[in-house]
Amino acid sequence: MSQRGNPIGEVILSVEGVSLAFGGVRALTDVSFEVREHEVRAIIGPNGAGKSSMLNVINGVYHPQQGTIRFLGQTYHDMDPHETALAGIARTFQNLALFKGMSVLENILTGRNLRMRANLLLQALRAGPALREEIEHRERVEHIIDFLEIQPWRKTPVGRLPYGLQKRVDLARALAMEPRVLLLDEPMAGMNLEEKQDMCRFILDVNDHFGTTIVLIEHDMGVVMDISDRVVVLDYGKKIGDGTPHEVRASQAVIDAYLGVSH
Amino acid sequence: MFYRENGQFKSSYAADQQLLPILQDRVFMFALVAFAFVVVPLVVSDYVFLSLLIPFLILALAAIGLNLVVGYCGQISIGHAAFMAVGAYAAYNLVLRIPQLNFLIVLVLAGLVAAAVGMLFGIPSLRIKGLYLAVATLGAQFFMDWLFARVKWFTNYAHSGSVQTAPVELFGWSIDSPQEKYVFLLAVLILFTVIARNLVRGHIGRAWMAMRDMDVAAEVIGIRPVYAKLSAFAVSSFFVGVAGALWGFVHLGSWEPAAFNLTLSLNLLFMIIIGGMGSILGSFFGAAFIVVLPIVLNQLPQFLGIPMSTAMISHLEFMIFGALIVFFLIVEPHGLARLWAIGKEKLRLWPFPH
Amino acid sequence: MARNWPVVLLCAALLVGLALPLATGASPPGFYVEVLLGGLMTGVLYSLVAMGFALIFKASGVFNFAQGAMVLFAALAVARLAERMPLWAAILLGIVVMIALAFVIERVVLRPLVNQEGIALFMATLGVTFFLDGFGQTVWGSDIYKIDLGIAKEPVMVLQGLFQGGILINKEDVAAALVAVALVAVLALFFQKTATGRALRAVADDHQAAQSIGIPLNRMWVIVWSVAGIVALVAGVIWGSRLGVQFSVSLVALKALPVVILGGLTSVTGAIVGGLIIGVGEKMAEVFLGPVLVKTFDLAGGGIENWFAYVLALLFLLVRPQGLFGEKHIDRV
Repeated sequence: MSQRGNPIGEVILSVEGVSLAFGGVRALTDVSFEVREHEVRAIIGPNGAGKSSMLNVINGVYHPQQGTIRFLGQTYHDMDPHETALAGIARTFQNLALFKGMSVLENILTGRNLRMRANLLLQALRAGPALREEIEHRERVEHIIDFLEIQPWRKTPVGRLPYGLQKRVDLARALAMEPRVLLLDEPMAGMNLEEKQDMCRFILDVNDHFGTTIVLIEHDMGVVMDISDRVVVLDYGKKIGDGTPHEVRASQAVIDAYLGVSH
Repeated sequence: MFYRENGQFKSSYAADQQLLPILQDRVFMFALVAFAFVVVPLVVSDYVFLSLLIPFLILALAAIGLNLVVGYCGQISIGHAAFMAVGAYAAYNLVLRIPQLNFLIVLVLAGLVAAAVGMLFGIPSLRIKGLYLAVATLGAQFFMDWLFARVKWFTNYAHSGSVQTAPVELFGWSIDSPQEKYVFLLAVLILFTVIARNLVRGHIGRAWMAMRDMDVAAEVIGIRPVYAKLSAFAVSSFFVGVAGALWGFVHLGSWEPAAFNLTLSLNLLFMIIIGGMGSILGSFFGAAFIVVLPIVLNQLPQFLGIPMSTAMISHLEFMIFGALIVFFLIVEPHGLARLWAIGKEKLRLWPFPH
Repeated sequence: MARNWPVVLLCAALLVGLALPLATGASPPGFYVEVLLGGLMTGVLYSLVAMGFALIFKASGVFNFAQGAMVLFAALAVARLAERMPLWAAILLGIVVMIALAFVIERVVLRPLVNQEGIALFMATLGVTFFLDGFGQTVWGSDIYKIDLGIAKEPVMVLQGLFQGGILINKEDVAAALVAVALVAVLALFFQKTATGRALRAVADDHQAAQSIGIPLNRMWVIVWSVAGIVALVAGVIWGSRLGVQFSVSLVALKALPVVILGGLTSVTGAIVGGLIIGVGEKMAEVFLGPVLVKTFDLAGGGIENWFAYVLALLFLLVRPQGLFGEKHIDRV
């Protein structure tokens, strides 16, 4: 992480004392951490540690019973996913959540939806402003398509793409939203080594080129050590470690959690 | 061999995003429309107009409408005939109470009334998912059936409960011969087809499809479920409301509430399942199928010399409809439209399949 | 609990509506009880059909639109068979027919569509509806038929001591209601206590897990569809004897849909309670609210029981989407 286009800045997102439970099951207990602008922040932890729940809380899919999220100076507690999207938080999914009835291009274009304004009537007639808007956003999307090297598959239905490429389309769709913070839920799960290397490169490029702040969940410790600036460690819904990859790797609590010392 | 896109390079996004990007498709479509407007009225008999083409044109419009909400937005409705009824009765009352109103305006207003009612019954879709909505829309069906049968104002206190309409007049043109009806309906259908295509290609169409394919992901990328679902219900009901008004005024001429009952709703669903969910073209195939099948069934036994009663034929029709639905769901869930697309793909590569 | 206040409010409003005819003196108590019993009677039938529906939904995830068509088909079968043989034989044969139908549906419709989305399965049952309507009328005929249960239809006066003028009760209705109640009880027991019932619940919770511990999915489906078929037959016979066997019976039976929505899609208890609520609610509405509406709005007749059940279910949906006894669903991403 020696050279990068955007130096790490102020705190952009902070999670403050978040607790989440489903019925009697506690998924998160009093978790707090901060994310600084332009950094790559990893969340790690064993299965069932509450990592995905954490992302779901940040982008409003789940509403925590306690605690708040501060993003860009605004504090919120009950925000719906489309509101967080509007505020500038994008997200990719652990289990692919592409729109399988649509082509690659259409999938990525949906990421532009929150910026498209033409009303129903204009769209119905595809009148001037609506058409101009479509073309303008198509240009932005083409830029992302170039960036992630998926040009040959523009018109292909997403369902026909191999898994690694689908993951890339998922990333492209999130990028099309031009987010300030990008949440990646296991972006490399199920990939082979080569695909993983590609994805790592894309993530760092995105961070570098667009200056996007990245929060990612990842299992592969090698990857985490390589690409992240700071790491949060969760276990049984509690934060047990927070710091640079080196610090975290040296922490006794983290080692215990990963090696399965009984609680 | 003649169907190729080789050499047709797009140099702008506008060219790439037009309605029919392939030249041969444009030529074919133009020829088809010209044929439908010029040749068909000259050669076709009144019987074919009245029992085939006119119902086909209106049902295709209604099927497109239903397809927008079910096929594109993924919200099931088994009560869409109710919104046709709303359109028909709204048009009837508008013509009755404001006779000087231009019929095109009547159609638009009838569509808007249907859209409002459709949105009202679409509200449950915001709280509930998928199949629960089936019951809400079924409720719309029974409620509307009841409303138009019982509230006398809607039928202008007609004793029998049925209403009559005069032939439609447009800018001094009285649309009463089968040919004229056909030409008028064809123009309306083409207009609405283009509108539907524009909508599903625009960002609203992508929002609908996103809701259909993966609703949580759609919300996460910033699509408002309220807006996406209610707009789908509104636009769909608008189309269906206009179709209902045309069904009443142009096709039936006089009708009673039972004209828009559950059977019609189920038939509309049948059309989009067979034709292809999420396909405008499929709506045409489905409508054609449902109009043609009964006629074939009527002619075939005679042709083969097997005596068959009309009741028997209508039962047979139901059985075939049912079997076809199951067959298509299992074998080709995207319906006739997909079969057509596969055929076209083959043609593009023909005679070298690889 | 705080979020429950709309449900409480709605229930309170319903109770007030229920009490109003008595409280305002609009109805003599005897007549009121008659209407109430009539509603309960219909409600038991709704519960019965709704249980079949909930069973199918639990065990195979199919939202079975064909429920109404099955009721009509079974009623037609029994009515026509009874012309040639004693009623009990006709009913037995009818049950055999419904079980055969379950086999065919499992083999031809469910098995090829396994693991499809709910909406595709729902549409398949739409196909089954079309087919059964056509097939039933082809095989059994399309006139209005009668089923005679051999119980006198003349009303009996009871409880003359308690109410002025007593209460008129139809003997046949009482017998039918008893049969239905017994069947509901048997089904509930079957579901809770037997090994098959437990297996069904396992299948309902998780298809793949159930399969992995050796529960044969296909056989479970045949069983639930058979049970739903038998239940449809009983309901069909009872309705057939009251209304005559005709197409409208399938529309009446469709009211199992709002019943399960109100009760909660996967809950057998919900189906029973929902059926009674809707049965009583719509009868009360028809008898006491109907005339008021007709008078106020100058309607051409009542008939609000055609849609009342749906509106009631919709109101419940808006305040409690999972239904009275349903489980809340959590989205996982």
